Amino acid sequence: MKKYITVRMGKHISFFYDKKAVAVLAALIAAAVLLFLISIGSGEMRMSPLEAAAALLGYGEEIHQTVIVTFRLPRVLVAWMAGMALAVAGAVLQGMVRNPLASPDVLGITGGAAASVVAFLALFSDENNSLTVSIHWLPLAAFLGATAAAWFVYMLAWKNGLAPLRLVLVGIGVSALMQALTTLLMITGPIYRASQANVWITGSVYGASWKHVSLMAPWVIGLLLLAILAARHVNVQELGDELAMGLGGAVERQRLGLVLLSTALTGGAVAFAGGIGFVGLMAPHMARRLVGSAFGALLPTAALLGGVLVMGADLAGRLLLAPTEIPAGVFTAAIGAPYFIYLLYQNRKA
Amino acid sequence: MLATNRQKMVGLIGLLIVLLAAVWMSIVCGYTDTSWRQAVAALIDNDGSNAHLVVATVRLPRALIAAAVGASLAMAGALMQALTRNPLASPGIFGINAGAGFFIVVMVTFFSISSLQMLSWVAFMGAAMAALIVFVISAAGKDGLTPLKMTLAGTAVSALFASLTQGMLAMNEKALEEVLFWLAGSVAGRKLELLAAVFPYLAAAWLGTLLLARHVNILMMGDDVAKGLGLRTNVIKAAVALLVVLLAGGSVAVAGPIGFIGMMVPHMARALAGVDHRWLLPYCALLGGILLLMADIGARYVLMPREVPVGIVTALLGVPFFIYIARRGIAAK
Repeated sequence: MKKYITVRMGKHISFFYDKKAVAVLAALIAAAVLLFLISIGSGEMRMSPLEAAAALLGYGEEIHQTVIVTFRLPRVLVAWMAGMALAVAGAVLQGMVRNPLASPDVLGITGGAAASVVAFLALFSDENNSLTVSIHWLPLAAFLGATAAAWFVYMLAWKNGLAPLRLVLVGIGVSALMQALTTLLMITGPIYRASQANVWITGSVYGASWKHVSLMAPWVIGLLLLAILAARHVNVQELGDELAMGLGGAVERQRLGLVLLSTALTGGAVAFAGGIGFVGLMAPHMARRLVGSAFGALLPTAALLGGVLVMGADLAGRLLLAPTEIPAGVFTAAIGAPYFIYLLYQNRKA
Repeated sequence: MLATNRQKMVGLIGLLIVLLAAVWMSIVCGYTDTSWRQAVAALIDNDGSNAHLVVATVRLPRALIAAAVGASLAMAGALMQALTRNPLASPGIFGINAGAGFFIVVMVTFFSISSLQMLSWVAFMGAAMAALIVFVISAAGKDGLTPLKMTLAGTAVSALFASLTQGMLAMNEKALEEVLFWLAGSVAGRKLELLAAVFPYLAAAWLGTLLLARHVNILMMGDDVAKGLGLRTNVIKAAVALLVVLLAGGSVAVAGPIGFIGMMVPHMARALAGVDHRWLLPYCALLGGILLLMADIGARYVLMPREVPVGIVTALLGVPFFIYIARRGIAAK
């Protein structure tokens, strides 16, 4: 019996799939769907997953349908997409810089997006707290902030190459800078804006609407597809510069493309769900443990795990101290920081 | 670099004069202009007029607090850098500031404590707790306290505390209003009593630091050599750690989490006075005080008439410095 399943679609997509990876993916999809149903069924009005599924498909009680479709569905979808985007961004970064501790948060990319979004909110709000320009520009602002931070880190860490350790340390520095800028913007703005920005920086999908979903979906889904197409470049990059060049890769150009992909994903997630931390760090690690480090299997696995993490964090935040909501980012940090420390021990050679 | 002891002594006296000048500037400069004559009069013979009140109740405490906090943070940074052999070590990077901030916010949110006095004690406890957590985490494991592990553990603990703090503030806007300015690190509007509450501990720690300087020098030679020379390394290390907690905790209690002073100043002091801690630590104290005073004076003018928390100014100054050192590499030993 063969261990691998080969998938070929056209000229550009071809993967080896480990049978184990396929099983893991199937299990994860099932878990994600179940969590999704629990999540849209939970809250002040409770429904069983079955009732939720029925309501989603247009059956069941009308009030269930209203609650789910108007309030819960957009929120849960935003959480899911944000988790996927952050996880894939982290996986791509980790593969590219060959540093398991790299993630959009540690490298200051999330911080850049956050600073830029707070600046956006501060510059374009009036006294009534409403935006003077269309919210359509928010993801762009987040993306630009993320890119600026990434570029900054990349440039400052470059010194005859990109030593992973230096990259992480410079990232920590740039993070601190972004944080100072964010605090500065919050303090100079009126307090209502500060509290608004604070919820948002912590990372919360509270109040997500269909408008957010419709803005976020094309951005995130398009980029995720791109990431899957780019997966094999990441595989090659992971071998190291010399080997990658030897294999005929245009290493520098691909690397630039991968950085842009990763920051765009981070920007998209941060724009709508705020600074949900540590997902980009945790999800790829867990995925690697489950399916190994071949990116064709790793990326979808990480994406599903990321979605599950953020949906789960949001659900926990809604239920734990109800009716008070705890931002999802608090939970991802509460799990993520210890995980990060645990990784330090795993990674003694660094 | 100053070579002979005599040069170093002259340098030290020079810095002391600069420090006093900076204190004086801090009293005189600001939104309300004060002439030096008024300032002197306010200190010697306060007639209760507005200008005199500004000097005595606002400017003077602020200047003294900035000097004391700057000195303490810089000394704490130097001790941490010696103890961990990590040039990036400092109270800010190692999560002590974030820990103190978290404890404050917990107290404000859950126990509605708002007396500055109480809050300062809470911050003190939080700082000690965070320091312990980071030290314990990085000391555990096979190869002990490596510089990288400490930096990363500190960052992770920082991120954890910061995120929990933000989460709590997100649920409680009133608390946010109260602590936002404090959380950014500031010496503005702090009462002299606040400094008085922690001053005995700070002063004791300054003294202890200077007394231990000789032992720190020996510690820097490495554990084996130090032991061979008859130093009880574990006792000294514990004493140094205690000093760090006193210095950093006391500073955070008074002024909130002011970052990067503890990281930057020891490097400047080493450039001036060399690596002998008997000289290095006093240089750190003076330079730290001067730097924080100047940053605080600058913070008054950036967005006049509004004030910027001085912690933001030190971060903007410190990050380039941090990156410079990170680029140079911390892998030493």
